[in-house]
Amino acid sequence: MEAGLEQKYNFDVVRWFTVMAVVYLVVGAAVGVYIASELAWPALNFDIPYIGFGRLRPLHTNAVIFAFGGCTLMATAFYTVQRTCGVRLWSDKLAWFTFWGWNLVILAAVITLPLGLTQAKEYAELEWPIDILIAVVWIAFTLNFVMTLAIRKTSHIYVSNWFFLGMMVMITYLHVVNSLAVPVGLFKSYSIFSGVQDAMIQWWWGHNAVGFYLTSGFLGIMYYFVPKQANRPIYSYRLSVIHFWALMFGYVWLGAHHLQYTALPDWAGSLGAAVSLAMIIPSWGGAVNGMMTLSGAWDKLRTDYVLRFLIIALAFYAMSTFEGPVMSLKTVNALSHYTDWTIGHVHSGALGWVAGISIGATYHLMTRLWHTEMWSEKLVNTHFWTATIGTVTYIVAMWVSGIMQGLMWRAYDDYGTLAYTFVESVAAMHPYYVMRAVGGAIFWSGALIMLVNVVMTIRKSVSQGSLRQARALAAA
Amino acid sequence: MAEATAPKGLQDRMERNIWALLIVLAVVLSIGGIVEIVPLFFLKGTMEYNKFPEIVWSKVGKTPIVTVDASGKQVWSWKAGDGIRPYTALELAGRDVYEREGCYLCHSQMIRPFRDEKDRYGHYSLASESMFDHPFQWGSKRTGPDLARVGGKYSDAWHRAHLRAPQSVVPESVMPNFPWLEEDKVDGSTIQAHMRGLRAIGVPYTDGDIEAAPKLVAGKTEMDALVSYLQVLGTMAKLDDTKAYRE
Repeated sequence: MEAGLEQKYNFDVVRWFTVMAVVYLVVGAAVGVYIASELAWPALNFDIPYIGFGRLRPLHTNAVIFAFGGCTLMATAFYTVQRTCGVRLWSDKLAWFTFWGWNLVILAAVITLPLGLTQAKEYAELEWPIDILIAVVWIAFTLNFVMTLAIRKTSHIYVSNWFFLGMMVMITYLHVVNSLAVPVGLFKSYSIFSGVQDAMIQWWWGHNAVGFYLTSGFLGIMYYFVPKQANRPIYSYRLSVIHFWALMFGYVWLGAHHLQYTALPDWAGSLGAAVSLAMIIPSWGGAVNGMMTLSGAWDKLRTDYVLRFLIIALAFYAMSTFEGPVMSLKTVNALSHYTDWTIGHVHSGALGWVAGISIGATYHLMTRLWHTEMWSEKLVNTHFWTATIGTVTYIVAMWVSGIMQGLMWRAYDDYGTLAYTFVESVAAMHPYYVMRAVGGAIFWSGALIMLVNVVMTIRKSVSQGSLRQARALAAA
Repeated sequence: MAEATAPKGLQDRMERNIWALLIVLAVVLSIGGIVEIVPLFFLKGTMEYNKFPEIVWSKVGKTPIVTVDASGKQVWSWKAGDGIRPYTALELAGRDVYEREGCYLCHSQMIRPFRDEKDRYGHYSLASESMFDHPFQWGSKRTGPDLARVGGKYSDAWHRAHLRAPQSVVPESVMPNFPWLEEDKVDGSTIQAHMRGLRAIGVPYTDGDIEAAPKLVAGKTEMDALVSYLQVLGTMAKLDDTKAYRE
């Protein structure tokens, strides 16, 4: 470890974001397992309004995307920008404001969503006062990041930071426009858009929350942490430039593919589908660039469990960015839309890619931020296998149930009447809903193992005094 | 020193200048959204009522939908099939409950133009049918069936029993029970505030609609409200199978 890093950089805020990310992963995944179980065994709704599926589902999505994902992004973005620019964050105060503000947003979500206070737009459920807070905190985060880049000591801006920056700009656009609403009470508002325009704006937000928050941001993580962990330079600079701009330009168009065959004009849906298909190229550009960084050093995968997480995440990324364009094809979409296949697709991206790359980056950060090795390498490996097996179990269950639903809904018997009632398709889903809950529980158990490992590593660092020593070391 | 070498091309310039990178990103990121969203507000083909004006109620914004006379009787100036109109006070209260309970997470309100969806749910949905829906409730998932045209398919009594305990009428259902809806009352002044807010963003409520609201919801439970919302879904416009409303 270089001497003086603790004085030079603001790692405290990164440490706090990192720990909170792990806590929120455990909480968010636990809510996910619970609501998955509610679909398998509806008695678990217990006739209590606050824990019914319809109110907990937004809590699950907000907790994993904005609490876990958000804290991971803020930890890694603040870490990466300092390390790649060779300067301390532009403003420590703004960084702490970002930390407390973001956690306040999460606290507000935990309180308001079970109470049923919602804007009723997917992934943008939080009511207008919280939306305003999100905008303020997000802009503070962005400003600090941009200003740190502006005062950098290096000549060029590293590729990770391009991706983080793209995310910050786009999420600002998306959040502000999609959340425009007229307040009619302290925690009640109506979207200023209606019907078809609201649908297009919602899915412009919805898909780009995936494209920029969950993809661009996490590619930023990939571009710093994969080369660092592998101790090799990124495979291709040229590829990173091409796929960066293709991703920035192209992803924005994809939202319309969520509205194929709906009352959205056909030109918009087709445009969305056409660009979606083309997006295989930039997406795979990123996956290839990350994976090939290991070229000539594949043996590291045998011994480096953290690298395993990062690389399996890229494999899931490649898989789900192939699946996505396939699902946006009109003929496939006619079958897959409204089914569990969509849920499976989301989770191969969310559990496999986003959580995978986050977990890998978090383990890497743990050793750098607390100046010690992980408490248990073995448990990192156990986590790797629970995460992978849990994810695969989940997505296989959803593939089968999704395709089955789609086929049952459109099946006709010999007399030309619908072969199945809707509720027959519901009953047929039961075993897969159980399987999904089991897969989720396996994944969650891995997150719990990680939390234990993180807590024990911090305790180890405290008892060894390694962080204290690093802080005491004068700059070289 | 890298700084000593002159920038080579635009990419190199952007990598050296954060403001250039920021501005180019801001422009590149805005294109797709502008192209796909802005035309939807202007292109006539988006809303079917431009070609088929009869699907919207002719008295929208001119006559109150329903009022209460001196004897406490409801007087309707609209009947099912007269055309698309804003929701009444009670229906709007029901829609608020629908949003609060997250119904849209399991039920879509958007029928696609396929044979099986026509047989199962009815005529495909039109954009005009959700023109007063702030926000839209098309949904993205059918854990339960589509509700775009559920109005009139079941009796009020069936809906009440179903919302109270879905498994009592559909044993295989995985829907939660909503027993609290029968206990909670709809508040007249709250719903008036909601209607005023919607009017401010373009929903054509008349003064009469807003004035009548407290009387229309007096003594009503959230269950009554939700059932009245469900019963109006898809019944507003009478659609003709022989007409091509959409390309």
